[in-house]
Amino acid sequence: MPTINEDLGAYSDLFMLLAALAYAVAFIAFAWDLAKSSRTIRELESRSLAEEARQLAHAGHVQAAGAGAAGSGTVGASPETTPDGPPSGAASAGEGTEDGLIGADGALVHESMDYTDGAARRLAAKVAVSLTWIAAVVHLAAVVSRGIAAARMPWGNMYEFLSTGALVVALVFLGVLLRKDLRFMGTFVIGLVTLMLCGATMGFPTPVAHLVPALQSPWLIIHVSIAVLASALFTITFAMAVLQLIQHRRQDALAAGKPDKLPFLRLVPSAASLENFAYRVNAISFVMWTFTVMAGAIWAEAAWGRYWGWDTKEVWSFVIWVVYAGYLHARATRGWTGARSAWLSIIGYLCIIFNFTVVNLYFNGLHSYAGV
Amino acid sequence: MAEDTKPRSATAQAKADAALPALGPLGMIRWAWTQLTSMRTALFLLLLLAVAAVPGSLFPQRGVNPEQVTQYLQNEPVLGEWLDRFQLFDVYSSVWFSSIYLLLFISLIGCIIPRAKKHWQALRTPPPRTPARLSRLPEHGRIALAPGAAPASSSETAARAAALLKKRGYRTEVRDGAQGASVGAERGYVREIGNLVFHTSLIGILAGVAVGGAFGYNGQRILVEGDTFVNTAVAYDALSPGTAVDVDRLSPFTVALDKFEVTFDRESSTHFGQPIDFNASVRTTDTPGGEETPRQIRVNHPLRIGGSDVYLVGNGYAPVITVRDGNGDIALQEPVIAVPQDGVYTSLMVAKVPDARPEQLGFVGLFLPTAGVLDGVGISLDPSPALPQLQLNSYFGDLGLDDGAPQNVYVLDTDELTELNSRTLDAGGLVLNPGETIELPDGHGSISFDGLKRYVALDIHHDPAKVPVAVFAALALLGLAVSLFTPRRRAWVKILEDGGEGDGGDGGSGEHGRILEYGLLARGEDPRLATEARELQSLFEREFTGAERVPV
Repeated sequence: MPTINEDLGAYSDLFMLLAALAYAVAFIAFAWDLAKSSRTIRELESRSLAEEARQLAHAGHVQAAGAGAAGSGTVGASPETTPDGPPSGAASAGEGTEDGLIGADGALVHESMDYTDGAARRLAAKVAVSLTWIAAVVHLAAVVSRGIAAARMPWGNMYEFLSTGALVVALVFLGVLLRKDLRFMGTFVIGLVTLMLCGATMGFPTPVAHLVPALQSPWLIIHVSIAVLASALFTITFAMAVLQLIQHRRQDALAAGKPDKLPFLRLVPSAASLENFAYRVNAISFVMWTFTVMAGAIWAEAAWGRYWGWDTKEVWSFVIWVVYAGYLHARATRGWTGARSAWLSIIGYLCIIFNFTVVNLYFNGLHSYAGV
Repeated sequence: MAEDTKPRSATAQAKADAALPALGPLGMIRWAWTQLTSMRTALFLLLLLAVAAVPGSLFPQRGVNPEQVTQYLQNEPVLGEWLDRFQLFDVYSSVWFSSIYLLLFISLIGCIIPRAKKHWQALRTPPPRTPARLSRLPEHGRIALAPGAAPASSSETAARAAALLKKRGYRTEVRDGAQGASVGAERGYVREIGNLVFHTSLIGILAGVAVGGAFGYNGQRILVEGDTFVNTAVAYDALSPGTAVDVDRLSPFTVALDKFEVTFDRESSTHFGQPIDFNASVRTTDTPGGEETPRQIRVNHPLRIGGSDVYLVGNGYAPVITVRDGNGDIALQEPVIAVPQDGVYTSLMVAKVPDARPEQLGFVGLFLPTAGVLDGVGISLDPSPALPQLQLNSYFGDLGLDDGAPQNVYVLDTDELTELNSRTLDAGGLVLNPGETIELPDGHGSISFDGLKRYVALDIHHDPAKVPVAVFAALALLGLAVSLFTPRRRAWVKILEDGGEGDGGDGGSGEHGRILEYGLLARGEDPRLATEARELQSLFEREFTGAERVPV
């Protein structure tokens, strides 16, 4: 057994705290972006309405300002205000509105969640993303140094699951951000990462140590890494499902002619495109989860003598698998798309949280490696 | 099934919309079958299965931990009885759980068979006919054919376009219709195959589990250093064979435990004494008296022998004691299993001496590997045997073994016994260090602590369906990935002799050369359809206009 490097372990703890701090600041910046954007939108909107009224007056129309905005179908330059947004997928989505200054939902965020011209103006969001990168690098250093200090993969107890899990969530989020404009989820995702790190450092501080014999297996690397990655992706789709439900209600309210109570949701794509994106990610993480369960079964066969034994952790992994299988089927069942499948995605994620927290801490089972 | 074309749901919907028809018995069965195989029912059963699995994690399960169930029934007799009535201690073999998954699998089979038939037909049907207006499709485009680059004949151009599509994995058909040459193409048939393989493999896994349960067995055996285990039914401490297992014909391998070693963490200040390795050195033979092979059994490294697997699942100390009875004869001389209660191997130990005469003797107490004292009570300070000590109470009387009623060997029933040694009596408790002998009061005999051995708890499993289940699982994973990530698309290409004659898409004016028009349609979820359209556009341009490939 190689020696445990306790000094390096102490440095790792320090890095972990620094990373948590940086995430906290990034979280504030993301929140600031949302708050500020909603104000900017309102400002720009009133300016555009004034401009439109001026043009209409100029054209000789005797209409109250703003009344002619929707449904007038005027010149191509004026953005159409269709609160409901076009349903997803179609290539035509938002192409016209993309260049529109304001007023259209597509102005600040593209339906396919690509970066738009409007997105360039979000300074607070840029600061937030940069801070997240810095935090993630420090966080990576913390996790890696922990691994070196213990001379093994740092996935042996609750502290290590949480800190590595938080890192993977942050890295997956940053990875997606490289290609897609998901900054509207920053508050949620980075908030969660901050929470996870605080939970790890305050709730389950565990000094570096060797693994117990049951965990000394290459399957630890395979099984746990894919499980953590799948959970990170499920985290992102959970956030999308929640946003989808909120956006859905907002769209319904707007369609019914009610005032927009949550204007910052203009930064969020339409419910339909959230649903489609979440489905794609969920499909990937479902395959990963299937693999996690199978790899776990192979490991269980070697460690405990049976590939499936209804241990509490196995029960809940099975429940999670079945719920997400239900989600995938719901998407192909009439009357179950939209809000209902979003609820299934949320329930699935709550099961993951339950499996990770309550099952690890309070249930007696073979997976009791929480180290608490 | 995770598929967006919905033959299932469509029929189900149609049936559900119709009022309940007047049915004969056959019609009733057909109606029930349609309901059962509908997607809605499948979804409902899936969610029900998830909910039904939960109680198994809330209540102790006989299949996982029978002692906890017994404990639960003792603590909560009334509630426990009701729970037991609803099979909540055997959730995963209960009638209700089984019926959910069996219904689900019947529904699944009822879905797979028609879909497999349908797909078999689809595989032998040419791609669908070319639509009149390709510009109505979600992705479409037109390319003006350069006279030099494209062949003069339309059908030849179409054939070349078809060849390009074929290279991209499309199945193609070149047509010479009244409106000119066209190509119909479809790709991603493997998506549905993956889907079918996934669901069929799930059935395979279930069947494998059932076969493994019937033809497999598992058992437990505690083995002290120096002992040999022969794989026969009588040698097990506990054996649960499947229904189809002949327990008289188990593979007769032997396992002899020479030595068991534990490595404890001696460096860490915070995890001092935590075990970091268990290693059992054994000698095995395939048949009794056969050639011996030295082997190791470790956690995560089971011993695979004679089609069975031997796992190291527990360990502890077995103090060797000698008990002489009131007549001065040796009534017991053997290692006694001490059951560890904590990480420092503070162990509970019970010794029953039914052969002692004139009175039977019994001992119960603690074994401490490194004895220490805390607040006047003996405790173990470390898991390794630095200062081993026995702290026992002794009894005499009737052990209750003679009437043949089964007893737990780790519990001493003191109802019919009289206490001889205990810290509450004048005689005091028995405290024995290795090599010491203590006379029991009133000439009831003596007890000596002769030495110390370790023992291992072994699980022996035989599951003939393990490999098939693994194969089905791998197939399921593969099928799942294919069915979720292979896009199924249709593509059409039309060669229009005169640009002006087209369906009036974009800018027909001024074009009088031949035009290639293409259109794409996704079947099911396909976020990359637009990318595919761009790829095709650049491919066609390169082929038919001589343009350099534009990176997309």
